[in-house]
Amino acid sequence: MASTRSSEFAVGLFVMAGLASIAYLSLQVGGLNYRGEGGLQLVAHFDDVGGLTTRAPVSIAGVTVGQVRSIALDEYMRAQVIMDLDSDLALPVDSVVAIRTAGILGDQFLAVEPGAEEVVLTSGEEFSFSEDALSLERLIGKFVNNAGLSSDDP
Amino acid sequence: MRARLETLGARTLDGIGALGAVAVLALQIVRMGLKPPYRLRRWVDEVLDSGVRSVLIVCLSGATVGASLSLLGYGTLSRFGAEGFLGALVGHALVRELGPVLTALLVAGRAGSAMAAEIASMVQTEQLDGLRMMSIDPVDYVITPKACSMIAVMPLLYGLFVVVALLGALYVGVDLLGVDRGQFLSSLEDALNFREHVAQGLVKALAFGVLVGLIATYRGYTSEPTSAGVSAATTGTVVTASVSILVCNYVITALWGI
Repeated sequence: MASTRSSEFAVGLFVMAGLASIAYLSLQVGGLNYRGEGGLQLVAHFDDVGGLTTRAPVSIAGVTVGQVRSIALDEYMRAQVIMDLDSDLALPVDSVVAIRTAGILGDQFLAVEPGAEEVVLTSGEEFSFSEDALSLERLIGKFVNNAGLSSDDP
Repeated sequence: MRARLETLGARTLDGIGALGAVAVLALQIVRMGLKPPYRLRRWVDEVLDSGVRSVLIVCLSGATVGASLSLLGYGTLSRFGAEGFLGALVGHALVRELGPVLTALLVAGRAGSAMAAEIASMVQTEQLDGLRMMSIDPVDYVITPKACSMIAVMPLLYGLFVVVALLGALYVGVDLLGVDRGQFLSSLEDALNFREHVAQGLVKALAFGVLVGLIATYRGYTSEPTSAGVSAATTGTVVTASVSILVCNYVITALWGI
């Protein structure tokens, strides 16, 4: 009896350890959405989200405070980005949200610059100010066009 | 020429026959697994045998694989000043490819071979015939718990392997080589998502569990009742299981996301 008890105990321990590691992989590393509902959910609209992806981090002053939940097209053919943020975040209503790139080759993320108003954004509300992704191709195109124009113009 | 064609034809027919026999065995196992009595006692024994006793070797291999992967990646990434991506590199390699494949190869070598040898020696010493005499179906009593425990155990061992390997990589990368801990962990977490990576690793582990379980029990069950038969079953299990794991891994990787 003692041996069967201990074998059952070992199997139980093994199954627990295996399930715990799978859970760790799925939730922590895999980033299966564990934040869930109930946090602060805000909406922003952009003309161009560039390479922004869901699960991209949202940061304030470089500190990650949330992640992008979904990116979709709204009725005015703009990109609607919904993000989950820490629920205790008090963001003034005139805060600006911008799409930034980490380094030259890095991934794109959302950077929030808090505003100065007293009134704060609550869940479901929208950012009034947003800055689009900086598109290198577009910048180069503009530069080349301008250079062409200025040399052609007398 | 004619003789060669004949051997080719005979081999092909043998192969198709064996595939059919494996499929029949698989169906029998599914039927026996779903039908009472469930023989929980046998399951516990088999999970202990193929799972718990593989934990040590799986963890040890995981830690060294993770550690060497970290060393290897650091050497290359540091040339570009991109040590921060070490976590992403290690995570990608381990969760999707190395984790399931190495776990399955280790388990096939340790538990699969033992499983085949045990069943084959039961065939040789007429223990399975003894069960039949008592009107106990050996597929129900011996084969099903063994095959199913292999399928249940593989994803759990995969999880253990990957977590231990990540810890090994973290130790070497952060504590020995001096990569920033936060950068390592955040690049690891950013690079991996559930659908693309973790789910794929789990599906692979399950598929390899099915492969190893089926091949080991089939080889043991159909072995010749001689000492040579036992050794042939053991060797055959390890060879067939290893090759089919690697081929199956490529197929799943290629088809994932289509």
